Amino acid sequence: MTTVLNWLDHLVIAPVLLPFAAGVLLLLLRDQSMVMQRSLALLAGLLQLGLTIALLLQVADGQMLVYRLGNWPAPWGIVLVADRLAAWMLLLTSLLALCALVYALGGSDRQGRHFHVLFQMQLCGLAGAFLTGDLFNLFVFFEILLIASYGLALHGGGPLRTRAGLHYVVMNLLGSTVFLFAAGLIYSALGSLNLADLAAKAARLPADNLGLARAGGLLLLAVFGLKAALVPLHLWLPAAYANTSAAVAALFAIMTKVGIYAILRTHTLLFGSSGGELAGLFDPWLLPLAMATLTLATLGVLAAQNLGQMAAYLVVASVGTLLAALALGLPGIAAGLYYLVHSSFSAALLFLLADAIRRRRPLAGDRFTPDADMAQHALWGSLFFFAAIAAAGLPPLSGFVGKFLILRATPQHPWVWAVILLAALASVMALARAGSALFFNTTAALARTGNLAGTPVAPLVPLAAHELLAIGGLIGLILALTAGAGPVLDYVQATAAQLADPALYIQAVLGAGR
Amino acid sequence: MEALIALTIGTLTGCGVYLVLRARTFAVVLGLTLLSYSVNLFLFATGRLVVGLPPVIGAAASHADPLPQALVLTAIVIGFAMTAFVIMLSLRTRAELGNDHVDGRDSAGQS
Repeated sequence: MTTVLNWLDHLVIAPVLLPFAAGVLLLLLRDQSMVMQRSLALLAGLLQLGLTIALLLQVADGQMLVYRLGNWPAPWGIVLVADRLAAWMLLLTSLLALCALVYALGGSDRQGRHFHVLFQMQLCGLAGAFLTGDLFNLFVFFEILLIASYGLALHGGGPLRTRAGLHYVVMNLLGSTVFLFAAGLIYSALGSLNLADLAAKAARLPADNLGLARAGGLLLLAVFGLKAALVPLHLWLPAAYANTSAAVAALFAIMTKVGIYAILRTHTLLFGSSGGELAGLFDPWLLPLAMATLTLATLGVLAAQNLGQMAAYLVVASVGTLLAALALGLPGIAAGLYYLVHSSFSAALLFLLADAIRRRRPLAGDRFTPDADMAQHALWGSLFFFAAIAAAGLPPLSGFVGKFLILRATPQHPWVWAVILLAALASVMALARAGSALFFNTTAALARTGNLAGTPVAPLVPLAAHELLAIGGLIGLILALTAGAGPVLDYVQATAAQLADPALYIQAVLGAGR
Repeated sequence: MEALIALTIGTLTGCGVYLVLRARTFAVVLGLTLLSYSVNLFLFATGRLVVGLPPVIGAAASHADPLPQALVLTAIVIGFAMTAFVIMLSLRTRAELGNDHVDGRDSAGQS
């Protein structure tokens, strides 16, 4: 082994270090002008995007980059592992974060202190969670991203936000405790915390430790289910997402996907085909949980009173669809990884639109009650129409491609078709109702039928640059995902194939001798 | 000794879960603290219980597992920070919502 390292060797840790350094720098510059802080945050976001693209190109050929922190050999030291899945999640995160950041630059970053510091720390935690190859280190990065997200969720203040924030924080602190119990159980049963080492040891697990390992594994599923907002652990999400500021909600579209990522990683690596007695530990749970989540979330979509709430329930519904995909084997995982990207973008788009619409309706905000006819309603109506098509998964956008692929992966479960299609139908109905309530059910129409005297006038709020860039950027990304479905599918299928063979991961981390 | 440790962890966890399910933020914070105590003890026990052995190889006939001790240390630090945060947050909830109910409304149903 050579001790001379070139910069490419450090590419794996760069997406963790860059936001961390930017965050610390922003904290030091907190008294400087807003222009300076914003430019630095934007620069860090762009650099992060460049880094994640470079990392994706490095691993796209199937190579797994392993970074040994402090150069300690694998099962003893902590490793970061960049494989196709990690690089894919990182790229998604940096794209989404850039759009959310641009939107926040419109002014919501001024509503409280340290927005940009927390934002960068959140990105640091997210990147670490996707890259780490160690169970306890995953816990640490979860805590980093969570404590940053607590600050972001409360950013701007207000009683509703504080109340939803308290629920969010308490639920996640409980989740962290359960995570520690799970990690402790797995360590006591298998004697390691390195994911690759755990996967290698799972195959020769002594029989009297099987119960401990199974209990630990299922506790892990519960924790990741809480992060992913699976039923019955989803109750914190709608209030927290609907009440936080739009840019933060758009970034949080990735937070449930961290839970999905962790489920996918443990499902394929620890409890995958090489897991011996533990193989398929999650199998009996995933599909029923997914169907319950999808059903209840769709009812929430139907019952939502405003657009922000509806977007939050659509996030939960997309988690249900995704989890169903993960339970369906190799083609399902590929389809899920495609749909994961689409659902993050479309959820973020809907949160941003909800905020933009809220600022243009003087009486009702984004509630589905009559209000003055919106200025520029054709523009906002078209944008909402686009977002609704994307969120419901109708052709011709990428949501349709994703759902079609998931349905194609389910030949042996016809009832999954029924649930997914009925949920899609219900979302279409709810979104259509939302659109007509927001754009057609105006006070002018009420006044004509004699139900209301006097009509308020909606102020003309021109399309601001941050809205144009952030909303336009997300629309562009969804269009690109639709147009580039071919190459993207090749990549996600290769990713699923890589995940299906845990031996690749184990060899990359522990060396060929194991 | 195993039974005593198990009982202690079980009691702490039970009390913690009970308190977390209460409706006032003070009880919830106390419950979270008890839970973090119990999980720290639990992590400590995952390396198997031994008495009077150093966590250093070669210093004695056998050795205690050093990894759980490192894990506990990390968990204590993180747990401490999180407890401080949730205390501040519940104080702020108390100030902004006017009462210490976790849903922000008193039993009479006023919001």
